[in-house]
Amino acid sequence: MSTETLISALYVFALAAFLGYQVISRVPPLLHTPLMSATNAISGISLVGSIVTAGARYNTVSTILGFIAVVCSTTNVVGGFVITDRMLKMFRRKELVKKD
Amino acid sequence: MSHPETAKRGMHLAEFGMLMAIIGTLVHHEIVTWVWIITGLAIGSVVGLAMGVWVPMTAMPQRTALSHAFGAFAAALVGISEFWKHQGHVPTIIMSALGFEVMLGALTTTGSLLAFAKLQGLVRGTPMTYKGQNIFNMALLAVTAGIFVYLVVVPGSMPLFFTMVGLAFVFGLLLVMPIGSADMPVVMSLLNSYAGLASAATGFVLSNKVLIIAGTLDGFSGFILSILMCRAMNRSMTNVLFGAFGSAAAAAAGGGEQQGSMREVGLEDIATQLAYANKVVFVPGYGLATAQAQHAVRELAEVLEKRGVTVKYGIHPVAGRMPGHMNVLLAEANVPYSSLYELEQINPEFPTTDVAVVIGANDVVNPDARDNPTSPIAGMPILEVDRSKSVVVLKRGQGKGFSGLENPLFFKPVTGMLYGDAKDTLTRLVQAVQHA
Repeated sequence: MSTETLISALYVFALAAFLGYQVISRVPPLLHTPLMSATNAISGISLVGSIVTAGARYNTVSTILGFIAVVCSTTNVVGGFVITDRMLKMFRRKELVKKD
Repeated sequence: MSHPETAKRGMHLAEFGMLMAIIGTLVHHEIVTWVWIITGLAIGSVVGLAMGVWVPMTAMPQRTALSHAFGAFAAALVGISEFWKHQGHVPTIIMSALGFEVMLGALTTTGSLLAFAKLQGLVRGTPMTYKGQNIFNMALLAVTAGIFVYLVVVPGSMPLFFTMVGLAFVFGLLLVMPIGSADMPVVMSLLNSYAGLASAATGFVLSNKVLIIAGTLDGFSGFILSILMCRAMNRSMTNVLFGAFGSAAAAAAGGGEQQGSMREVGLEDIATQLAYANKVVFVPGYGLATAQAQHAVRELAEVLEKRGVTVKYGIHPVAGRMPGHMNVLLAEANVPYSSLYELEQINPEFPTTDVAVVIGANDVVNPDARDNPTSPIAGMPILEVDRSKSVVVLKRGQGKGFSGLENPLFFKPVTGMLYGDAKDTLTRLVQAVQHA
């Protein structure tokens, strides 16, 4: 990684941090559990890294480790999103609740 | 995601974005074989789906902890394999990021697994402490960090690298070990934050911007949440992490005099009280989750509302085992979120409340936090149920809460105790109110 790419990477990091702060501090406590499980799913984005490692065939060790990583992070992503959806579906307004 | 209505749309957007990122990576130029990727994706999806569909809402904290462990483990593995690929000869800048990635990943993995075990009840939930624990942990951290710095300056040592990874795994365990179940909300959000930062570090290693952005967002959201949780308990982060709350502190200040005696009340009396009240506030705690009593509460609330009683729910930010735990449980039971009130909103309402029903909550309603400056939880914002005209506490037994603290609320003259399984008691209350 050259210095320029590092600087641009750090720049992205700082921007994302700022954005993260802005977004998260607006989420009401009501939604903290869904928020957590959503960010949990998002942290499974390391799947992207795992895929590169698993598929690039550098050597056997890399492939094996990458494979395990893909399994783990996919579990993370799929499980996280499914459950967040399930949770958010449960939050309903009064009128909607009455209808059921 | 600032409102329940828009949150769903936001989530679909996030899912879509993620899918795009994954597809984008699949056509990455370095990839030559798809066999392992597809097998891995398939297995992971099946496991993930199974977990997502069948896990009950009450087990949400455990699932999240386990999921953190998976995500972090993946990040650690990617780091290790990246190191292996270069046989240890990694350029300085990348090595710094790689070190962070592997260390954070490793300690989050074991830390989350232990948190999972504690929440699931596989391991005792009480803090485990021994003499010199903090010093030992600090020393271990220092050694790990020392190796890390050495590896950045003098790259190439495989054994040292793996020692560092091993130490980080051990450190994760030690970090969570002294933390009691009651402090889990903080730990959960902190581990969330670590898992995110590990992903961000992965992004630096692979120069992948998507990873950096998503990881950072995640890291910060976790971090902000843990600060919020700490503030809700009026304690600093260091206090939570190193305080081993509920053992040493409570022993010193606890053990105090019990003033008066607890007054046990009959089910019928409570039913009558509730039936003829104007306003009732439910205050749920972790006991609601363990007893799976959320549906019973909703039934009781419905019966009461039919009689013209105003029903509200007071939710403390750290009630339960993870941020927002109670909200999700009540939402599962079809309680409309417009009846759920936060601490600041509900506190001024207690003086006009006829009956406050505390269900399996303890520390969050402990008036000692407000009145007794020597209490270990002094200054923690509480739900001031003791200001209402009458309080009913549903509790399994006479034991103390998770923090091991005596709760003066239980001895107050306005308070009546109703012992037994919360779900069972509530169901019987529903019937009693219907007949009242």
